[in-house]
Amino acid sequence: MLKINDLHASVEDKEILKGINLEVNAGEVHAIMGPNGSGKSTLASVIAGKEEFEVTKGNVVLEGEDLEDDSPEERAHKGVFLSFQYPVEIPGVSVTNFMKTAINETRKAKGLEDMPANQMLKLIREKAEMLEIDRKFLSRSLNQGFSGGEKKRNEIFQMAMLEPKLAILDETDSGLDIDALRIVANGVNKLKSKDNAVIVITHYQRLLEYIVPDFVHVLHNGKIVKSGGKELALELEAKGYDWIKNEATV
Amino acid sequence: MDLKDKLVSSFMAFENNIDIEHPVHDVRTEAMKNFETKGFPSKKDEAWKYTSLNSLQKIDFSIFPKQENALEYKDVKKYFIHDIDTYKIVFVDGVFSSHLSETTHDGVDICLMSSALTKPMYKQIIDVYFNKVASKEESLTTLNTAFSKEGAYIYIPKNKMPKKPVEIIHFATGNEASLMLQPRNLIVVEENAELQVIERHQSLTSNEVLTNSVTEIFAAKSANIDYYKVQNDAATASLIDNTYINQKSKSFVNVHTFSFGGKLTRNNLNFYQNGEYMDSTMKGVTILGEKQHVDHHTLVHHIEPNCESHQDYKGIYGENSTGVFNGKIIVDKIAQKTNAFQKNNNILISDKATINTKPQLEIFADDVKCSHGCTIGQLDEDAMFYLQSRGIPEKEARALLMYAFANNVLESVRIPELKARINKLIAKKLGVNLGFDL
Repeated sequence: MLKINDLHASVEDKEILKGINLEVNAGEVHAIMGPNGSGKSTLASVIAGKEEFEVTKGNVVLEGEDLEDDSPEERAHKGVFLSFQYPVEIPGVSVTNFMKTAINETRKAKGLEDMPANQMLKLIREKAEMLEIDRKFLSRSLNQGFSGGEKKRNEIFQMAMLEPKLAILDETDSGLDIDALRIVANGVNKLKSKDNAVIVITHYQRLLEYIVPDFVHVLHNGKIVKSGGKELALELEAKGYDWIKNEATV
Repeated sequence: MDLKDKLVSSFMAFENNIDIEHPVHDVRTEAMKNFETKGFPSKKDEAWKYTSLNSLQKIDFSIFPKQENALEYKDVKKYFIHDIDTYKIVFVDGVFSSHLSETTHDGVDICLMSSALTKPMYKQIIDVYFNKVASKEESLTTLNTAFSKEGAYIYIPKNKMPKKPVEIIHFATGNEASLMLQPRNLIVVEENAELQVIERHQSLTSNEVLTNSVTEIFAAKSANIDYYKVQNDAATASLIDNTYINQKSKSFVNVHTFSFGGKLTRNNLNFYQNGEYMDSTMKGVTILGEKQHVDHHTLVHHIEPNCESHQDYKGIYGENSTGVFNGKIIVDKIAQKTNAFQKNNNILISDKATINTKPQLEIFADDVKCSHGCTIGQLDEDAMFYLQSRGIPEKEARALLMYAFANNVLESVRIPELKARINKLIAKKLGVNLGFDL
């Protein structure tokens, strides 16, 4: 589904990604771990098409199509979803209205009519229930005054609404207490299918107890320095990142 | 003949049609003398540094419309907040339109300035209030005073509240090649009374219109007034709005100004706080494009202790538009414990758009809280990325962010149907259809 080939990316002439290779197939969950500043969030942003980053070499291919020239919205229309570490507050625009716009713009891009209002409402209700989101929450302004947990849950709600092929969860566990973490993880697990894929970006192993990865990759200094199964996450949790750093420099 | 000469010479013709024996006429004559001496303000005046009236003065405006024009309600319905019931004071080319209006004398007076200025029953009110808070020095205000004859007259007695909001609408039909209008409004809200007003000036063609309006508002003790100015006029219509508000203790007056169009708009909004424990609020959303120009000049004069003022103006400037915000706050020496807040935030979405923003604080008391802040910026790129990553195209994403930027000004609009209307105007102005009503 996703193939990343020798990806190099810079911001203001500073190279952050220094040759990433990664292949993610449909039905798989990949975890990308690594110390702060290793390039995890940059990788997520580059896949989603943030213009601030310049791809200097290599490419990102989704279902055989090079995404290089695609804007963030075009990537979204093709099924890429990024759950943000820091979702932006949009005062005056309710969660419901925001989702209506996002869904109908995506449908428009695919040449489809707007989703009928009653169908939209049904979908919103269904997904909100799945994530144990209160009805009142949906009429609040997007992310405005939301707690850390509410913001993350709302990100996963958006993911549930948009049903992406490839979902990238950037530090979705940060700022969550254990109950919120469980709800968010359950939501992601319910959305998982053999036709989509998930990349979980995290600093800690904690989230991976709930969203169990098929593969774990360790990012260090802009490169994937180690890959393995889910047991690698446990090893990192026990030993910290220093041994990886040392191994990488040897 | 330039506009000043034309106005001065028209004054005699004007006098032929009014009762010059009425005491108000002495006020007009004084005012005319002041205008004759001062003339139109020029860029040399500090207060008019960024707004030029030169090109308007070259236009041969008709001072008095020659013929009466009838408008059908169905043709102008969209300019009213027609989904709710309102009192309406409507003028067509400066002349009162009885069939478009709905006035009342049922416990409150919502009617015409021409009646108030001529009928004996209103004399007492006119004596006390007419031209008492409007400036006797500022030349455009005195020009309006000199020609004051028609406009809205609203009197709300103690403890009363009209059953519905009042709409004051001025239409220009374009029957004159170019028309100058000078409406004069007087609004008196007595102790513990309430009032909501929506004011709009609308030109219906591309003929030139210049409106020089003066509104005097008196809020007695514990009165509560919400005033909304909707400025979304044609590209050939200019407006100079001079509003003067005199507030007494424990009163609340909120003025919202929505500036979305017109050729040149100048808002002179002046608050005088004559009492304690009151609150004056001025909020504005300005969204401009093309070559439009809007100039907001606000003044709050804190004359006595323990009062508050809040100013929050948001501006979004595109294409070749230009904006001015000048917010003056005066805190007198005895006005201790004043809280005065002022914010002016702007977004420039074009390289050719300009905003000049200036706070002007004159504080003579020592125990006060005053804050002011002006910002000029662009849209937040991280926020853009967030919206686009949800599949929302760039143009729509920009519009959503601009809407969010202006939103806290809209939150305090207390007439839901008006708020819905303003939201629609904003979406239209931003050129987007977001799939839901903003």
